[in-house]
Amino acid sequence: MDTLLLSRIQFGANISFHILFPTITIALGWVLLFFRLRYSATGDAKWIGAYRFWVKVFALSFALGVVSGITMSFQFGTNWPGFMERVGNIAGPLLAYEVLTAFFLEAVFLGIMLFGFSKVPAWLHTLATFLVAFGTTMSAFWILVLNSWMHTPAGFEMRDGVAFATDWWAIIFNPSMPYRLVHMLLASGLTVAFLMAGLSAWRWLKGERTGELRVALRTGVTLAAVLIPLQILAGDMHGLNTLQHQPAKVAAMEANWETRPNVPLVLFALPNSETRSNDYEISIPNGASIILKHDPDGVVPGLNDFVAEDGTPLHPPVSPVFWSFRIMVGTGMAMLAVSFAAAVLVWRRGQLETAAGTWGLRALVLMTFSGWVATLAGWYTTEIGRQPWLVQGVLTTADAVAAVPAPMVLSTLVVYLAIYAALIAAYVSVLFYLAGKAVKGSLGPVAPAPLAPGRPALQPAE
Amino acid sequence: MFAEHAFALPLIFAALMGLSILAYVVLDGFDLGVGILFPFADNGERDRMVAAIGPFWDANETWLVLAIGLLLVAFPAAHGMILTALYLPVAVMLVGLILRGVAFEFRAKVAPPQKAMWNAAFFAGSLMTALSQGFMLGLYIMGLVWTPFTVGFALLTAVCLAAGYAFIGATWLIIKADGALQKKAVRWARRGLYGVLAGLGAVSLASPLVSPRIFDKWFTVPDVLFLAPLPLLAVALVAMIYVSLRHLPDSRDRFAFVPFVAATVLFAVCFAGLAFSFYPYVVPEKLTIYAAASAPESLAIILVGTIFVLPVIIGYTVLSYFIFRGKAGELRYD
Repeated sequence: MDTLLLSRIQFGANISFHILFPTITIALGWVLLFFRLRYSATGDAKWIGAYRFWVKVFALSFALGVVSGITMSFQFGTNWPGFMERVGNIAGPLLAYEVLTAFFLEAVFLGIMLFGFSKVPAWLHTLATFLVAFGTTMSAFWILVLNSWMHTPAGFEMRDGVAFATDWWAIIFNPSMPYRLVHMLLASGLTVAFLMAGLSAWRWLKGERTGELRVALRTGVTLAAVLIPLQILAGDMHGLNTLQHQPAKVAAMEANWETRPNVPLVLFALPNSETRSNDYEISIPNGASIILKHDPDGVVPGLNDFVAEDGTPLHPPVSPVFWSFRIMVGTGMAMLAVSFAAAVLVWRRGQLETAAGTWGLRALVLMTFSGWVATLAGWYTTEIGRQPWLVQGVLTTADAVAAVPAPMVLSTLVVYLAIYAALIAAYVSVLFYLAGKAVKGSLGPVAPAPLAPGRPALQPAE
Repeated sequence: MFAEHAFALPLIFAALMGLSILAYVVLDGFDLGVGILFPFADNGERDRMVAAIGPFWDANETWLVLAIGLLLVAFPAAHGMILTALYLPVAVMLVGLILRGVAFEFRAKVAPPQKAMWNAAFFAGSLMTALSQGFMLGLYIMGLVWTPFTVGFALLTAVCLAAGYAFIGATWLIIKADGALQKKAVRWARRGLYGVLAGLGAVSLASPLVSPRIFDKWFTVPDVLFLAPLPLLAVALVAMIYVSLRHLPDSRDRFAFVPFVAATVLFAVCFAGLAFSFYPYVVPEKLTIYAAASAPESLAIILVGTIFVLPVIIGYTVLSYFIFRGKAGELRYD
């Protein structure tokens, strides 16, 4: 395998690992703020109990997000120097603003959020919780601005092969940014909703019946049921935006080879890049035309429009995009079904103790990490869907890669993969370990006073 | 409109980058150092050592992200050149940072039998990070060239920087700890000081010998007179640390902050010396900050944000250190 492919696998693995954790922290920060505000308003210990459990999940996810994020920021230089050399004038300020407006805010106030409960006034602890949530969201904003710009670049001009900014407003509010940002924020909300519902359902099945568990379960299930219809709507709009700006990606998502009207919606197929057609296709007539053009006779662009004179494809590899898109949509449909059913069970008193309730809870446990599956699948759809471009129409992935010897990349890749696998296993097992301790009721205070004895110890009531 | 700033902007950004590297070396230096000292402590002491850095480490590490971000933003050409040349040590550092960062959280949350494993990961991660950063420093001083001699020198600076971090970590513990742990920290600091001296000596000797340009900078009249305060100040600071460590810990805990503050100033002085040696190069002897700089328009837009945001960052960092002032107590894990 050559350096380009290995570097792509390495960066893909790295970003796949990384995205798991911000996906949790972005929305969990706001849920924690909700718990904190409810506690301030009601003084009911169940809210701070829920805060204490989930702030641990937040801290753990945050740490994993930080370390994998640092890895990524270095790999721009070690593996993709061409990226910064060519579009650094645009990517640089966006990344710098992320560090300046988000990273420090999160990192400093996280310390106060985790360890400051008994050291600072309640308003400052609440403010710290808000600032951490705000910081993670700002961080997502800047990264998605840059990522969207790479998909739909705007507001720049090329001079001697280097991009120069001409209009920062156009760069930041590039055509796909609002859609991508909303889609990602909703994905984060759903990931947290199902994680919270799933772990809480697990605790319920293990016999826990505390107030803090009830509010966490109810919050998770409600959030899931509210967000999934919004996400389906946002996803549809994002798809139409992609059709407008990156038609080759949509053609790959639909495995549509020819530009034509009355394009069917392919449910199953094995896209064949040799024959440039689909094997074993099962499809709904006119389906894709209706979804993408809202008209059965709508003309949908096909992959054969994106082939160079010499026959080199200028479109992304079809199978991975086609399949990851289907996994994302399929997971979304499962989310819709489970969250609606669960919402009914959870909100009608006593329903959880019935057989239907037990099955509903089991379904939620099964869906604990469904947000991760959908997010990763969506991420692959959009990022592989951009190939062979790194910055659409401006810079190819092959032109950005470092001239590092392949064995060197391979050796680091193996090490990273081993660490990522071990850490994901450790992360998931610790989540269930903490949940198990909560069931046993042996979960002490989450924010032990780390400083001087003699200062007030942690107390639930301020 | 930015063209007239083509000279000032790269210089400002080099200064900002220098500032964040220095902030990183001192701040993350002390918490990495605490990790390196882990094997020398017992289990109860380890929890208190982590308590002494727990609320701070994440923000400390962010200075590294800012430094690399500024390099990437302000000097994109140098960014690629430096990081490609340092591919392997960067990978080692990243693995170290990953292990250490997650160990903070995992060791506090896992079942007791697994805690020992995460303690080991915390130590290993801290040591790997320190060694690889020292290695990169050494190789950078040697002009980013891989030969047996330069690698040998880089290995020496690797060990010295790890010792330096352990030293400043120990001085931090002198402030944050009391009783037996504080006594231990004083002993660690005394030993670490020798490592610092070895590192200072090695770098001070090697830099001018490797580069005639640096030699000329330091040893021509009248520059040598202007520069003389730097080494003199360094000697005075070392003496101050040595004396204060002999008298610590004292019964009323009055001067516990002296070694850490003096060490911080010492690191700053050394850093100023290095920065002076390398200016105007960002890749030693190959690429100057002016040749490597981004478009002035891009630099200007970052600078505007930095001017407003940096004081705020410093403000809330200070607030956090104020909130978590005082001795680190027993940290209860559940």
